[in-house]
Amino acid sequence: MGRTLAEKVYDAHVVRRAEGEPDLLYIDLHLVHEVTSPQAFDGLRMAGRAVRRPDLTIATEDHNVPTTDLLKPIADPVSRTQVETLRKNCSDFGVRLHPMGDAGQGIVHVMGPQLGLTQPGMTVVCGDSHTSTHGAFGALAFGIGTSEVEHVLATQTLPQIQPKTMAVTVEGALPEGVTAKDLILAIIARIGTGGGQGHIIEYRGEAIRSLSMEGRMTVCNMSIEAGARAGMIAPDETTFEYIKGRPHAPSNAVAGGPGGSSPQNESGDDWDRAVEYWTSLRTDDDAVFDKEVVIDAAELTPFVTWGTNPGQGLPLGASVPDPASFEDPVQRQSAERALEYMGLTAGTPLRDIAVDTVFVGSCTNGRIEDLRAVAGVLQGRKVADGVRMLVVPGSMEVKKQAEEEGLDGVISASGAEWREAGCSMCLAMNPDKLTPGERSASTSNRNFEGRQGPGGRTHLVSPAVAAATAVTGRLTAPADL
Amino acid sequence: MEAFTTYTGRAVPLRRSNVDTDQIIPAVWLKQVSRTGFDKGLFSGWREDPDFVLNQPQYAGAGILVAGPDFGTGSSREHAVWALQQYGFRVVIAPRFGDIFRNNSTKMGLLPVVLTGEQVADLQSRIEEDPALEVTVDLENREVRWDGVTARFEIDDYTRWRLMEGLDDIGLTLRHAEAIDDYEAKRTPWFPVTL
Repeated sequence: MGRTLAEKVYDAHVVRRAEGEPDLLYIDLHLVHEVTSPQAFDGLRMAGRAVRRPDLTIATEDHNVPTTDLLKPIADPVSRTQVETLRKNCSDFGVRLHPMGDAGQGIVHVMGPQLGLTQPGMTVVCGDSHTSTHGAFGALAFGIGTSEVEHVLATQTLPQIQPKTMAVTVEGALPEGVTAKDLILAIIARIGTGGGQGHIIEYRGEAIRSLSMEGRMTVCNMSIEAGARAGMIAPDETTFEYIKGRPHAPSNAVAGGPGGSSPQNESGDDWDRAVEYWTSLRTDDDAVFDKEVVIDAAELTPFVTWGTNPGQGLPLGASVPDPASFEDPVQRQSAERALEYMGLTAGTPLRDIAVDTVFVGSCTNGRIEDLRAVAGVLQGRKVADGVRMLVVPGSMEVKKQAEEEGLDGVISASGAEWREAGCSMCLAMNPDKLTPGERSASTSNRNFEGRQGPGGRTHLVSPAVAAATAVTGRLTAPADL
Repeated sequence: MEAFTTYTGRAVPLRRSNVDTDQIIPAVWLKQVSRTGFDKGLFSGWREDPDFVLNQPQYAGAGILVAGPDFGTGSSREHAVWALQQYGFRVVIAPRFGDIFRNNSTKMGLLPVVLTGEQVADLQSRIEEDPALEVTVDLENREVRWDGVTARFEIDDYTRWRLMEGLDDIGLTLRHAEAIDDYEAKRTPWFPVTL
């Protein structure tokens, strides 16, 4: 019997398999940031252990960093200590770090792909649930906790029980104005926040193949919001084209210094060998998935969330649902509580919901294509009076590219704030946050209670909907302008 | 890791589904670089409500949390497990868990127990009737017992053994250092390096 993409990548990384024990899986790339690593490095110190493969490890500062005044020290002393602790740990253990202000700094899941460090067929982990982003390249990528971070630092492996496989096939083409974000929000609403639990999702079908790498990353990023262990997309020409020429792509012989490739990468044949291998990374025709879901792309429209988990979403043209309409008592109770928290009344058209803040950014939608979509809508328009709009690039590299394209000028001219790179208001660990009762339209990934600041109310949207919403002050699609 | 065999004690009913790790420990608590002091952050948003179940005196000192489906979804923060343990919980019972939370729990010795939605609802009702109800979670026999009821739960043999012995994963993996060396010698040579 044939194998799925996920099974092929998994099998190629089994270091040891024994009856009645978890497999020991090799990790090709370990991404590190300041929040989930300090206790892991401490554990190494206490046990007198080293980082086994600093050359497969890379760190950045993203969760805590302010998006203004980069040249000043971080004002919050606790955030500052956490960032300084990462710097000391990276220095003590020989791990490459892109600190605040560095040209390579950015959100950990934007940085890896941008450097060409994320490649098809690899295993990638990080102490961050949105590591699923890297699956867009046909890598097996998943989030881990701090104990596992320590385990990977010490051994470059992880004990794993092989997840099941699930196919989400999106047939047909996405209609005009429907983006990768709308698609993944619709998928999560369909299968639920536990729908992918214990599974690796492979996204397939025409609509997926037509997506850019940025769009694919948006889809895979939110796999965790459907409860999945990971999300993957088979690599193809779009993938190869994205990787080609990046600092760590095979055969790229830019030697020396950060961003340079390794000596073992300098053989001229590596690119061809890599493409040959990558091309083999697809699900065999006779492979069987444990679970399958089919979505008709033609039925999709811009999608937004109304509740407090990412599964509580609807097409923008719908109204706030009546909790009584849910048959399942658990869902009914969850909807009742969500409406209370969100300050919404059943039956209100979603387009009538007014917002105070619009946030564009995060590892879900902080890439160049997202900023282009935002600037495209804001061109010649103004952010509505009383609405605050923050635009936070996913990395310093994305920021630089956007500025070269003049997107920052369009965004600033509209009245939105153009900021420095980081996680920012996605999780409000830095100074960018909502105040109690404040309502946002956000391109991030979680509408949990208090996620963007205690008492804050979040509606998840695509970058295009975020920009149109900023213009009218109510949830709006660009087509409505 | 502290070994877990059997726990007998009182339990708290948390009648909510989709309890994500942002609720268990809000992000503001994640800035600490130590492993201690997270008990104060446990459900800190919800604890501001005086009626929240953990603020009710009849549930003080309980070691088992009984919650709705999809407990521990969202962020990978292991701080959620540390906060539950440091507050005094040894076991969380729910119909379904987020994968990463469940993994993190078993690394730390907090036992995640899956019972059916019906069993969980029954147990929650019984606790609400009698907050002093004694509940036993028996890992050796894979059973939860209360009030003459015995509910079986599943857990793989290896994780059960590791929890019962209180074994640390890194030490176990390093017994196979030779297998890791062998794998590294044969790895795809052009996979990227960071340095």
